[in-house]
Order: sequence, then C-alpha cells, then structure tokens
Amino acid sequence: MRYLPLSDLDRAEMLGVIGAGSIDDLFVDVPAAARKAELFDLPGHAGEMAVERALARLAGMNRPAGAGPFFCGAGAYRHHVPATVDHLIQRSEFLTSYTPYQPEIAQGTLQVLFEFQTQVAALTGLEVANASMYDGSTATAEAVMMAKRVTRRNRAVLSGGLHPHYGAVTQTIAHAEGMQIVRQAAAIDAEAAVIAAIDAQTACVVVQSPNVFGVVTDLAPIAEAAHAAGALMVVVTTEAVSYGLLKSPGEMGADIAVAEGQSIGNALNYGGPYVGLFAAREKHVRQMPGRLCGETVDADGRRGFVLTLSTREQHIRREKATSNICTNSGLCALAFSIHMSLLGEAGLRKLAALNHSRARELAGALAKVAGVEVLTPRFFNEIAVRLPGDAAGLVEALLADGIVAGVPFSRLDPGAGLDDVLLLAATETTTSEDIAALTAALSRRIG
Amino acid sequence: MAMANVGRPTQPDLEISDSAAQGAIAGGRGLLQDELLLFEVGGADRTGVDLEDAALDASDLAGLTRTAPIGLPGLSEPEAVRHYVRLSQKNHAIDLALYPLGSCTMKHNPRLNEKAARMAGFADIHPLQPVSTVQGALQLMDQLAHWLKTLTGMPAVALSPKAGAHGELCGLLAIRAAHEAKGDAARRRVLTPTSAHGTNPATAAFVGYEVTEIAQTADGRVDLADLAAKLGPDVAAIMVTNPNTCGLFERDIIEIARLTHEAGAYFYCDGANFNAIVGRVRPGDLGVDAMHINLHKTFSTPHGGGGPGAGPVVLSQALAPFAPAPWIVHSASGLELKEEDRGFGRMCAFHGQMGMFVRAYAYMLSHGADGLRQAAEDAVLNANYIKARLSDVMTAAFPDGPCMHEALFDDRWLEGTGVTTLDFAKAMIDEGFHPMTMYFPLVVHGAMLIEPTETESRRELDRFCEVIRVLAAAAKGGEAKRFKAAPQMAPLRRLDETLAARKPRLTWRESGATVS
Repeated sequence: MRYLPLSDLDRAEMLGVIGAGSIDDLFVDVPAAARKAELFDLPGHAGEMAVERALARLAGMNRPAGAGPFFCGAGAYRHHVPATVDHLIQRSEFLTSYTPYQPEIAQGTLQVLFEFQTQVAALTGLEVANASMYDGSTATAEAVMMAKRVTRRNRAVLSGGLHPHYGAVTQTIAHAEGMQIVRQAAAIDAEAAVIAAIDAQTACVVVQSPNVFGVVTDLAPIAEAAHAAGALMVVVTTEAVSYGLLKSPGEMGADIAVAEGQSIGNALNYGGPYVGLFAAREKHVRQMPGRLCGETVDADGRRGFVLTLSTREQHIRREKATSNICTNSGLCALAFSIHMSLLGEAGLRKLAALNHSRARELAGALAKVAGVEVLTPRFFNEIAVRLPGDAAGLVEALLADGIVAGVPFSRLDPGAGLDDVLLLAATETTTSEDIAALTAALSRRIG
Repeated sequence: MAMANVGRPTQPDLEISDSAAQGAIAGGRGLLQDELLLFEVGGADRTGVDLEDAALDASDLAGLTRTAPIGLPGLSEPEAVRHYVRLSQKNHAIDLALYPLGSCTMKHNPRLNEKAARMAGFADIHPLQPVSTVQGALQLMDQLAHWLKTLTGMPAVALSPKAGAHGELCGLLAIRAAHEAKGDAARRRVLTPTSAHGTNPATAAFVGYEVTEIAQTADGRVDLADLAAKLGPDVAAIMVTNPNTCGLFERDIIEIARLTHEAGAYFYCDGANFNAIVGRVRPGDLGVDAMHINLHKTFSTPHGGGGPGAGPVVLSQALAPFAPAPWIVHSASGLELKEEDRGFGRMCAFHGQMGMFVRAYAYMLSHGADGLRQAAEDAVLNANYIKARLSDVMTAAFPDGPCMHEALFDDRWLEGTGVTTLDFAKAMIDEGFHPMTMYFPLVVHGAMLIEPTETESRRELDRFCEVIRVLAAAAKGGEAKRFKAAPQMAPLRRLDETLAARKPRLTWRESGATVS
C-alpha cells in the first residue's frame, strides 16, 4: 500500500517493543461481539492508474460549464480563476497544515487570514470580518443568531428576494435555537417589503442585493426603518464580484454583511467547498461567530498574528459559545485572498464592469426574443426572465442544443408559482457567441 | 539513534539567538524571508490580471454604484507568487514533518486526490445545472454513501454537513425531529462526558438542550453507574466519542447504548476518531444512532490551514426518515436529486462538500477494504509504539492496557521542574516538530495528546521519540530557562495572546491606528 510506510518487519518489531503478541492484542477493549474478523464487502486496494481511470470515467459523465454556452448562477458563478491561485493554494505548507493553534509556526496561515479579514471588511464597508464561514447560506443563519444575541430579540424577517435555500438553512438552524423566522413569499423586486413586517420583537431583517432574481436595491431606507425599531439589518450577497461595482452593504447601513465568496478564487465544485464571508460593526465583535485573527507582538516585540477572542468559541466556552463552529473554510479563504490580491482594486472594478456589460448584452438580446420578458429592472450580472411556458422543460430541451440556459426558479422554490421564471447569469466567461447561440435556440424553441 | 542536530542547534545559545532574533539587515534569515503585509507591499495601481476593457454603462444603476475607493491593494503576478510563497514558509505542515496533534489526525494527503478533484467534470460543474448533466457526480456521491454505510454498518447517510461540528448539528436536529415526531417534547437534556470535544456541548446548547456531564471512571471511560443515574425521561440523547478523547475504546459501549435506548434516548457518537477502528469495528454494531465522519480526518482530505472540512452523518433506521435535504434516489432514468424538505430542513445551500467527496472517494478506492483496515491498525500500532517508548520518561495518563490511535500523557512527570506542558510544547517547535495537542482533554492535568497516524514511518517515529526523550531529560535536568524561552528557532518567538484579546486589531489600518 503506497500510503503506508510500515513494513511487516517494522510491524513485528514494534509489536515486540510494545509487548503485544499480535495487532489483535491492541484491540482487546473492543467487545467481542463487535469485532470484525473478515474484510468488509468492498473492493480491495487499487493502484494510482486504476483509481484515476475510475474517477475520470465518472467525471466524464458530467457536462462541465466550460463545455459550451452556460448561464447558471443563483448562488454559484463561473468565473475565470488565474492559474497562480490554484498553484499557490497547493503549496504543502498551506494545503497540509492544521488550524493555526501554534502561532509561532503558523504565521503564514495567520497573516493570510488577517489580510483576508481586512479585504472582506473593505469590500463590505464594515469594520471587522471573521476568518470565514462554511458558505454564504450558513453565514446567513449565523448572522441571524448573532442579531439575536446583540438585540436580545427573538424574531427575524427574511425578504422574498433572499435565495430560497438560504432561507431554508436559516429557518432550519435559527429555528433550532428557538427563533421565530418570518419568510416573505418570493417576490422579484420587493426587498423593502420587510419594513412592514418589523415589530418590537424583531432582531433583524435579512435582505439580499443583488437578490436571487438579480435585482439591485438601495437598502439605506430599509436600514433606517430597522434601526428606528431597534433591529439590525443583515445584508446578503451571493455574487462577491458585485462588490466591485455596487455600493457596499456598510455604506447602505448594514450592521452585518454576509456573502458567498466562491466567485473569487474558487471553482464551482458542484456546490462546495465554498467560503462564507462575514463582516460586522466593530462594537458587536464579541458577539461574532467563527474564528478571528488579530495582530499582536512576540517576545522580541516583532509584529505577529494569533487567533484571538477565542473566549467566544466552543473549545473554551463549550455550551456557552457563540457558535458550535470549529473550522473555517481556510483554503477557500486563501484562494479568495490570493485572487483578490491579483485583481487589486483596479482589477476588481474592471472585472465587475465586464460582468455588468456582459449581463446588459444578455438582457438586451433576450428582450428581443419574442415571448421572453426580462423581469429584472436593475441588475449586476444576473437576470430573471419570464418564458411562455415551464422554464425547467425549456432548460431540458435546450440541452439538446448544447446550451445550459440557466436555473429554473422552480428548482429553488417549487411552491412559489413561478414555474415560468428562468434565472440567467453572465460573467466575464460569457461570450457574444454564447449569447447569440442562446437567443437563436430560444427563438426556435419558443417560436 | 542520535539526536537530530544537523543545521540547527538543539540547545540554542540564548545570547546568540537573542541577537539573531532582532533580524538581519532586511529581515531575511537564510532561506527564510521576512514579508510585510499585502497592504504594505501592494498598490492600488497594480494588478496581476489582464482583463479586456469594457465600456461601463451603469446608467440603469444610478445611485447604486460605489463612489469612494474600496482600499484594496493589488499585486503583479511575480509579486503575488513571492508574497504567498514567503508566507507559506512560515508554516509547519504534515508534508514537512510529524504533526502529532491528538484528535486532529494529521496524516499524509495523497496528491492523486487533488488531481481528481480538479478534473473539469467535478470542479467545473454547477450545483443547479440539470441533473441529467451531472450523473457522474451523483454516482460518485451515491458510491461514497455506499462505502460510508458499509464501513459503519448504518443504513443511511446525510452527505451535506460541511464539517464535523456541522454534522453534530445535523445529527442532533434529526434526534430532536424524531422525538418531536413521537410527540415527546419533554426531553430537554443531553448527556456528554467531561472529556468531550467542545463542539459537543456547544452543539447541544445550540439546539436548545441543557448539557449534563457524565462522570468518568479511573480508567478513562464513561462511568456506567453515573450514566444510568442521569438517564431518564428528560434525556434526549447522549453524545459520546468512541474511541474517546483519551484515546481509549469505550469497553462498555454496547451497554451504554442499551441503557440509552432503554431510557428512550438516542446515541449520538462523535466520529472524530473513527480512523482508529475503520475496517475493524462497525459503529452500527455498537448501537449508535447517529455519527458524523470527518472526511478530513479518517479519509484524509487536506486540512488546508483550518478547513474546509466535510462531515457526513450516518443514521440508524430510527433516524433515517429525519435526514435533511437533499438526497439521491435511483430512478428509471438514472439518479435523481430530491431537494424537497422531508426531515428537519436543510444544512447548507447546495449538496455539501463535493470537492471533498471526490478526494475521500479516491482515498477509499486507493486503500480498498484491506488498506483501510491496515491503515487503522497501523495508526493504533504507531500510537502504542510511542506510548511504549515514552512511558518511562513521561507519565501516561492511563498506563494500563493499550491505547487506540493516540497516546495521552499528563504533566505529573514535569512536577517540580518549573516546566509546563506549554513550555515543553514550545521546545518541540525548536526541534522541528509540531507540538502535540495540549491541555485537552480536560480530564487530565496538563494533558499532552499524541496522535502520530499511520502515515509515519518507523524512522520518523524513532526520531520523534528520541527528541522527546532528550528534551524530557533536559526538563528534569533543571534547564527550565531554555523551555521558558522557547521557541527560538521559529519565525517568531512566543506571541502575546493577552494583548491581542485586550486590544483587538482584526484588520490592517494605515498608520497602525487601533480600532476603538
């Protein structure tokens, strides 16, 4: 076995040092009834070539986004990731290290986390950010529970533009903690409808911009209304590239900003691993979930970094912790941070402009297709359109034309009565030829 | 075997290293380069990405666009490569040397798994593209589920939890849903041993349960009498790690499960240490109702400096109906992904850590049924070897009988030396090893928990034991000063964690302003 260094001779000699007659002697504490003498009914070990072949066969049964025109978004986006990013995250010292519990020999990871936190705080327009969460949806649930701790209130109002899966995750997790979660019905352009639902028990409103239908909203009036009622505003973003063009959540009055960071540095990966961004006002830092990296000095007064404020965390506080979270999404956060460093401010703005311009081209072309109605009034790189029939059926039909046309809204929220709505995203990877192929095929299929 | 002493002094001369610590002219030391923060080396005018120009027409976004600068520095590609390579060299890694963190399972990460996860058919597929276009991905998930169910002897598995603690949450939510379905809402308590991982009580509290601790016997196991006394109609579940965090197999595990079920409660097993028994023991045969499996431990997906993990949860027949969305079903047209909520809800936006599933599955195929069993046996053998070789210089917390995959020592042997567990750990850094887990589990004074894993050669184990033996002799020989000053050879010396917590500086500020 290529991953196991011990030889049979080693094993025999080591058993001798231990004073055991056989390996079975080391498993004597296992109740006899539960000892398995025979091998399990699974294949035996295999060489590298055989394993690679088996996996390549499975990979070959999937249709990669890069294989042709592709318009899926709705919380995960296909972007170009520079080759440098993937090379650097595979450095042994990043890939095969653990949580930086011994800071003297983990300054690489810690400095990266400190830089990541600073980047996320700048992008969201807030003062502090943590070292990342599992993904955008779990970050949203954690934000709602943080709002409960800050306000000592027990109710949260989720907008009808929030990604339905984010709503479901928040409902699952925050409900478990005893919170009342009010989910407004799916609505294309109605983030402000949360205002009417705020009451004296409301800990926070959760709004999304661009929302799941792609709609960009000025959230400042919502923040004002929430703050007037003593509630917080949580702003969700599923497309981190939009930070390069749009007003930041902080600028619009957000108390907590959460996002899915996959778009920067991370591949689609069929949904994971991704990286949740989490930022907040400094005054609430001690109520934040997740790991935080902070600056300090070593015994010689030199600058260094450590995990800090860990009295919030489970390994110290146990049942009184702010969250049960034990990991972050370290390597994905590293990929995010490297890609963001390569982009820089100028590159991010350019990338965002490029995405918006591709989406404008897509929206313009779709508007000209008879029977297609563009529903998104103000968008970044994603739009919703109404089709003359069932969107899921049309997406399936367009596969025959080699096109993955987008995400039918019914896939996310089957009961919303929006079966004719299709969500489409365009990014810098989308070409004019892709758009022309889509509109031509749509015209044929609809007409 | 001789003490490793090539290229680095094993007994640093304090006077010399004090001056060395001040740094060279430009901060470099031999192969180790000093590196400033991104915000100090980058610039707003630099970029490492060439993008085509797009004429920005944002007329439809009037009043919604950014006006002020974001404050993000950029780096050209060569600068970025230098920045991150220099930073990487300040990290210890399993690829470099033994990383004996007990309870964390730092084993070799095969690179074939990395290659497989990057195949376009896995990395470049979208979670919401039509299921007819991702049949290979669903087959892989289905196969992974089959392996996990077979290895654990459990009938169902929820793949979506994104880490071990997320899996614990999933398991407890299923348990709560099962009680609620029976109309049994009176169960408000979860029992867990004092030696449990912090995530166990944190998760139980998160789900709204009160936590009661179970006492431990003198030989490091759950005290059956105490458990029996605390079980009752108000207990929803017990959470027990097996093998436990002292590195011991719970001999009475079947009786623990029987008592738990008799009281109408469920048995949640923390599967963090499944790597010790995989291929030899099936948790399903022990009476477990739910158990998370850290794919990043037992099945060697890389830890990445603290994530991403993956924590699928296997479920018993009683809990299987309460699994979260989504799940895979076999149909005439192939595999389908069911997204509707039939249990307690949804754990995350999509289907879990697919990238980790690919790596874990590649690892399983490589080892096979025989290799996985051998890996568990070698992990246990290596831990017992370390225990045997060090028990005369350190004090084993539970000297009688074998340990499983990790060996637990306490600090009685340091009594009167002036050296603490922390000091000893820091001295190991100067010898090129990552310290063991310190001060956990909480049931042992000054705990040192050593988990070598199966991917260490005998030569590396011997080198490690030799270093520990020499250091132990130094500690007992009155060299406390040297331990207090350690580490001297690391990129930095001991860091002031109190300062960091008292005046938190969590982001870089120009001119070094502190957040008020």
